Amino acid sequence: MKRDIIINQFVIKFANINGTGSASANNLFSRGIFRMGVPISPKNIFPSNIQGLPTWYEVRVSESGFLGRRGGIDIMVSMNPQSMQRDIAEVDKGGYFIYDSTKPLDPKLFRDDIDIIGLPLTATCRELYEDPRQRQLFRNVMYVGSLCALLDLDIEVFKQLISDQFRGKEKLVTPNVKAIETGYRLAQENATCPMAFRVEKRNNVGNKILIDGNTAAGLGAVYGGATVAAWYPITPSTSVIDAYSKYCRTFRVDPETGEKNYAIVQAEDELAAIGMVIGSYWTGARAFTATSGPGLSLMNEFLGLAYFAEIPTVLVEVQRAGPSTGMPTRTQQSDVLLAAYASHGDTKHICLYPSTPKECFEYTAMAFDLAERFQTPVILLSDLDLGMNENMSEPLEWDDERTYDRGKILTHDDLENMKERYGRYLDVDNDGIPYRTLPGTHPTKGSFFTRGTSKDEYAIYTEIGEKYIENMDRLQRKWRTASKYVPKPIIRKTDKPCTIGVVHYGTSEASTLEALHHLNTLHGISLDSMGIQSFPFSDEVGQFIAEHEYVFVVEQNRDAQMRTLLINEYDFDPDRLVPLLHYDGSPITARFIRREIRDWILQTTTSPRRGSRFF
Amino acid sequence: MSYTVPSFRHPNLPRNELGYTSKDYEGAVSTLCAGCGHDSISAAIIDACFQMSIQPHRVAKLSGIGCSSKTPTYFLGNSHGFNSVHGRMPSVATGANMANRNLLYIGVSGDGDTASIGMGQFVHAVRRNINMVYICENNGVYGLTKGQDSATTDLGSKSKKGDPSPYEPIDLCALSLQLGATFVANSFSGDKDQLVPIIQAAIAHKGFAFINVISPCVTFNNVSSSTKAYDYMRQHMASTNTVDYVPTADEITTDYQEGTTERVTMHDGSYLNLHKLEAQHDIHSRRSALKLMKDYGAEDKVLTGVLFIDETTQELHEIMKTTKTPLRNLTEKELCPGADALEKLNNQFR
Repeated sequence: MKRDIIINQFVIKFANINGTGSASANNLFSRGIFRMGVPISPKNIFPSNIQGLPTWYEVRVSESGFLGRRGGIDIMVSMNPQSMQRDIAEVDKGGYFIYDSTKPLDPKLFRDDIDIIGLPLTATCRELYEDPRQRQLFRNVMYVGSLCALLDLDIEVFKQLISDQFRGKEKLVTPNVKAIETGYRLAQENATCPMAFRVEKRNNVGNKILIDGNTAAGLGAVYGGATVAAWYPITPSTSVIDAYSKYCRTFRVDPETGEKNYAIVQAEDELAAIGMVIGSYWTGARAFTATSGPGLSLMNEFLGLAYFAEIPTVLVEVQRAGPSTGMPTRTQQSDVLLAAYASHGDTKHICLYPSTPKECFEYTAMAFDLAERFQTPVILLSDLDLGMNENMSEPLEWDDERTYDRGKILTHDDLENMKERYGRYLDVDNDGIPYRTLPGTHPTKGSFFTRGTSKDEYAIYTEIGEKYIENMDRLQRKWRTASKYVPKPIIRKTDKPCTIGVVHYGTSEASTLEALHHLNTLHGISLDSMGIQSFPFSDEVGQFIAEHEYVFVVEQNRDAQMRTLLINEYDFDPDRLVPLLHYDGSPITARFIRREIRDWILQTTTSPRRGSRFF
Repeated sequence: MSYTVPSFRHPNLPRNELGYTSKDYEGAVSTLCAGCGHDSISAAIIDACFQMSIQPHRVAKLSGIGCSSKTPTYFLGNSHGFNSVHGRMPSVATGANMANRNLLYIGVSGDGDTASIGMGQFVHAVRRNINMVYICENNGVYGLTKGQDSATTDLGSKSKKGDPSPYEPIDLCALSLQLGATFVANSFSGDKDQLVPIIQAAIAHKGFAFINVISPCVTFNNVSSSTKAYDYMRQHMASTNTVDYVPTADEITTDYQEGTTERVTMHDGSYLNLHKLEAQHDIHSRRSALKLMKDYGAEDKVLTGVLFIDETTQELHEIMKTTKTPLRNLTEKELCPGADALEKLNNQFR
């Protein structure tokens, strides 16, 4: 097959069996390319299982720095016979299929439009290693070595990574390096090296870091001053608490006494987890919980209490594919409406939609300020793709001058000097935000009864209709104040006037921006775009939509939930908001978005008003 | 029931060490039915706190939903209170306690709140040994929803409107003992002399102190066919002991007959003097407590008093080794690692 040489632009996918240690080898592969200065975007596609089921790891290598999923596979590293039939079929024409030739390839699977490379990995491992577990582990490291030869990677970078990784455990360095070198040799003996896809050193990652969103969110909670974390384990949010716990052990333990400046409670369920967070805020500490969709469902009752009794609450929600148990290890943006309006009665909650690890860090830290400023729940709406995959990100930053905004809390002296009667729910400043007091502040002033029942300005139980309405309307006033404080949308305008806009949020950002780039360069279509960062929507969100005749709303759910939220909050003509939906549980791809937008624009010129085609 | 109470109090009302009168520990006027056992429990809490000279604002009162959970409005008006959601008071109390370990936490719940909807949270609060007093005002009936049986209704007991309960009851004292509660007491709202010192002992206890108080519902369950009625309790109540709470400063001046009084030293140096009415009971033995409860139950008697105490345990903060400073008092200085530390972390991600 005659081929063009393609440098630093390809998608490689590893097909493995879960529980065999492939994750660390695949991670080594990604980090090596990252260290060579070439942007990468790895995605884990894993089952809800501990051992034995198919798992995949897809790495986008992109010199141009496109970090979303592209779509299509150029190279498949097939290490799992169970999924081999599907895996080989998935390779793009002109791609490569690399498999373990210890067992010969089933002739029925053979394709003549791709290159097939067999490497006797298992056989070689059997010769080199006695221990069966070692055979399995080093087979993985070995194929990374083979890829060094096949992709023309700098093997020294990989050896260095291994010695960095096992610093302090030098005994492990030698066998790992040996596996890399053996793999390298196997590729040279069994294939033409390098292949047409190659990696060359670049300087394209700058000072960027490779970090998963959950780690960044956990760090954001440490920096944001959370002292209490209450949680119930659930994929894909568990690693938020893991990270919080890890960095608390580093930064929050007194080296002399061993005493901790934090408390982590593994609750009996999500109901208890959110209850503990609310209790902590009630007595005055910053607290948070992390969960996913099923947990958010359970937390609804308490979120309504926190909204109505006006208790700050911070919740990191890492979305996965629903409904019900859904696909617990697949990604989706399908809890947008649930988060926005969680709980019975008229309720709504501040939501933040991070797109990158840096935003996970910043928005989590910000969530604690917003929650206390507005005395209400704040939900960080991440997803599995962002939370559990390592993403190339701008480095995390913190301003040492920054102080925590604890909002309106009356101190002992405030209460002492107060002439008038304290009213917990009095709108003193006409911004809808009342003043709160914490238990234990003053012997005779400022105590009140926190309740989920209707109350007057002085927190006294009331069922008088006018009083109820006053309170509900004040909450609405507070909500409008919040819309001025939450992060504004990121608007990217083309230099030409443009009647069509594209709206995205969260992890749909990278693929959307890539699609827009290619629509422009390949098809001459240039479109404005807006990344929504938060709910309530700030004025700019409405303005952007108003300025465009049609607006695509790109999201990863079936029901166009953000579109619904926009229509509900703004009264826009639904026909103007065109849903662009991807919901198979895999991260949305740039190719898909580009194709959808291009086709719509081509067809709309002949039959307009396609905005409502799904509804 | 009365909607107004005179605000006048005798000018020479006795004052406690802090200079407060018992009036300073009262709350709003109760809206419960006249004669409700719960009001007696509120009064006992007021007495206990007054006598122990507790700063009212250093108390946090928490409850769930139901008649019992309304009562924190009716005592300690200068304390912050939290009427949370049904059955979820234990989690709110846990979080509150995590954030500020220096307050006294008094949780009030009922049998619906504790033994049904909140059973999950209750058992885990017990397991964690949170430093709090948990009072279950147990009347064996759902009052606010007008008289349904609860999970603590005894087998065969019949409320005003119902049929005899066909189900085995949940015995909250026995359950707490099995779960490892470090203070367990059973009492009766109609016996203030017993209840007040028990509440004092529970307050002095470090760790989870559970008090089950049989508290008759005069409207729906105070009938002759009910085992949670005033008459039934007066006829069937037996005590394993009476208890005196002795604050740190007081010396022991009374000599009790040897073998009948046991002194328990609490973590803060105060004492409990337990005057044993049931000679065989070992207050430090769960097995003894459970056996005695069963033995009395077999004779249709309700055993009351302090059933079990373990004054040497570690409460949740001690188990978790949290700092002595309340977490809510920590500031940026202690909590935020700063920009330099973050730059070092960035390097680990390259």
